[in-house]
Amino acid sequence: MIQMMRALGAAAVVAVSCLGGQAVAQTKQLTLCWAAWDPANALVELSKDFTAKTGVEMKYEFVPWTSYADRFLNELNSKGKLCDVIIGDSQWIGGAAENGHYVKLNDFFAKEKISMDDFMPATVVGYSEWPKNTPNYWALPAMGDAIGWTYRKDWFARPEIQAEFKKKFGRDLAPPETYDQLKEIAEFFQGREIDGKKVYGAYIYTERGSEGITMGVTNVLYDWGFQYENPKKPYQMEGFVNSPEAVKGLEFYKSLYKCCTAPGMSNAYMSEGLDAFKSGQVAMQMNFFAFFPGLYKDPNVGGDKIGFFVNPKEKDHFTQLGGQGISVVSYSDHRDDALAYIKWFAQPDVQKKWWALGGYSCLKSVLNDPSFPKSAPFAADFLKSMGIVKDFWAEPSYAELLLDMQKRVHDYVVADKGTAKEALDLLVKDWQKVFKEDGKI
Amino acid sequence: MSSLAEQAVARTPRRLALRFGKMSDKAIAWLFITPSVLLLLAINIFPLLWTIQLSFTNYRANRPNAPVRYIGLDNYRDILSDTDVWHAMQATAHFVLWSISLEMVLGFGLALLINRRFRGHSFWTTIILLPMMLSPAVVGNFWTFLLQPQIGLFNSAIALLTGVDPSSFQMIGDVRLAPWSIIMVDTWMWTPYVMLICLAGLRSIPDYIYEAAEVDRASPWRQFWSITLPMVMPFLMLAILFRAIENFKMFDMVNLLTSGGPGSTTEVASITLKREAFEKWRTGYSSALAIILFVTVFGAANIYVKALNRVKQR
Repeated sequence: MIQMMRALGAAAVVAVSCLGGQAVAQTKQLTLCWAAWDPANALVELSKDFTAKTGVEMKYEFVPWTSYADRFLNELNSKGKLCDVIIGDSQWIGGAAENGHYVKLNDFFAKEKISMDDFMPATVVGYSEWPKNTPNYWALPAMGDAIGWTYRKDWFARPEIQAEFKKKFGRDLAPPETYDQLKEIAEFFQGREIDGKKVYGAYIYTERGSEGITMGVTNVLYDWGFQYENPKKPYQMEGFVNSPEAVKGLEFYKSLYKCCTAPGMSNAYMSEGLDAFKSGQVAMQMNFFAFFPGLYKDPNVGGDKIGFFVNPKEKDHFTQLGGQGISVVSYSDHRDDALAYIKWFAQPDVQKKWWALGGYSCLKSVLNDPSFPKSAPFAADFLKSMGIVKDFWAEPSYAELLLDMQKRVHDYVVADKGTAKEALDLLVKDWQKVFKEDGKI
Repeated sequence: MSSLAEQAVARTPRRLALRFGKMSDKAIAWLFITPSVLLLLAINIFPLLWTIQLSFTNYRANRPNAPVRYIGLDNYRDILSDTDVWHAMQATAHFVLWSISLEMVLGFGLALLINRRFRGHSFWTTIILLPMMLSPAVVGNFWTFLLQPQIGLFNSAIALLTGVDPSSFQMIGDVRLAPWSIIMVDTWMWTPYVMLICLAGLRSIPDYIYEAAEVDRASPWRQFWSITLPMVMPFLMLAILFRAIENFKMFDMVNLLTSGGPGSTTEVASITLKREAFEKWRTGYSSALAIILFVTVFGAANIYVKALNRVKQR
């Protein structure tokens, strides 16, 4: 009887330990949410080290860019538990901080000795801080990014094309440094036949539904003098958003769209740009640096055939910030593991591997390494671009501000509705209404 | 021999019979309909009442910490004085009127053709019905490719017929052509549905009426105007009602084809509503817009149903 009791007891212990083990295994799992694109694949590869080190299994929820904001902002607003860790867009930071979606990381950074001074300043302001320029951190800079340009180096290098260009413009055909040069090159290539195929000048963003055309337009407008507000008086937009320089910038964007883009590019964003470039359709492409490692590896247009250049300048020299910070979702049931992931991700050797795999580290020790500019053909341009970035509003009302701009600029650039001045005047009115409702003006 | 009712009573378990035996017919009726009524209240009536309540507030679903204020009719006033909303209503009206007109003409025409028995009749009926069996999301996606200026079959076909350069025009990127593109795709997809309803109407006309007309030496044209059209009219009106309600709410296909663009050219009311509700998160405002759209459709449908009943009584 005693033996029987012992056997039963042992069986119970084994059963409980098995169940317990299973329970532990179930809790040791993190879900990371991000956009479905090349860097996400690099992160999956990188995170295998985290799983190997901690035993925490990683799950991923990657959503295409066009529905990325919709999907994850809905998730956060409904206080969903799907994401433990999220790589959210830079403009979400205001809303996510004020509405309590993200865990504030100041205490965690202090405890783990993670210093924001170790990260590139533009990325800290862009991805981590709310309110901006205050030491309140809601994310760790995870993926540095900005808009840059790619061009067909092989086409630019052809002697007959070089000769024809020099004859026409009196200068060598080289990556443009100003927008006038960019437009000249785009016009030069527009409709040209290369290798028996009709090609087009440039690819620029025109997407209507999410954020596409705004990213493209602001990228150009900054250089022409567009400002979101009076630097001395916040939220005073009259004369800054619709300044004569901004109007000229918007007119330029439309002229570039009309003269030098491929047919059917009236609603196109990142993936359409990649398709256009990869299929040998365009001479130059506006797109985010995040895609450049993949393009460089492309068997048809990569390697020696592709070149990169920084956003051209005009009156000023800026570029649109892309990229994201990594945050812990405050509704997560696995907060400790999520924080452990961020701690692991912030380590210099992990950041170095992150860059090597195709992600863009924001850590100074990686970026300031003397070997960095030559570590990839686009690395030097990336560094330069990150020094001149500007970002869209990151206010809690960012989505409204963004949709207003999408509508106004698409109406003008693609749908030929009104003038550039009217479009920007209407945009000022829209934005004033939003800030008035928010009680900020 | 006992009746079916008697047999059913005899076979009812004794415990169940006892339990229901003490209840009145009215109570039993309530017992059966209560689950359905509760479900209806939970998924239809409660959300409707809640939406009405929200439409009088400044509530935003993405600002859980912000105070919710009662703002009276402000949202309704803002919507009715917003030129963008009126533009969306115009775009919707243009889409609804043209798509339905084309679907009725083509659907009725196809039904008249299919109604004549011919060889391969079943095969062609199935082929014609295929588009309406597809998901609007699939239709939106593949028409986006078909209408692509450089690789799209549509542009190539037009180029073949007219000799113009296929990349010289873009159906969904051009302000003048984009509204017609969505009408064309909707017509392609839903004409078979109208055809099916009309076919049911045509098949319901008794042969003896046509035989009597032939005895009276009525011409085929006269038969069409005096017999076919009046007798199919209730079916046609029903098809108009179904399609009008559907197209007034149309979202998925338009969203996939044009996203409301270029600019706001094809931004129909449902796209405006979605943007306000789930992108701008103006929950109170979008609730008011939803109520306005609901009242519009409900009111128009009621007037229409009365007209339909009058036609049926003739």
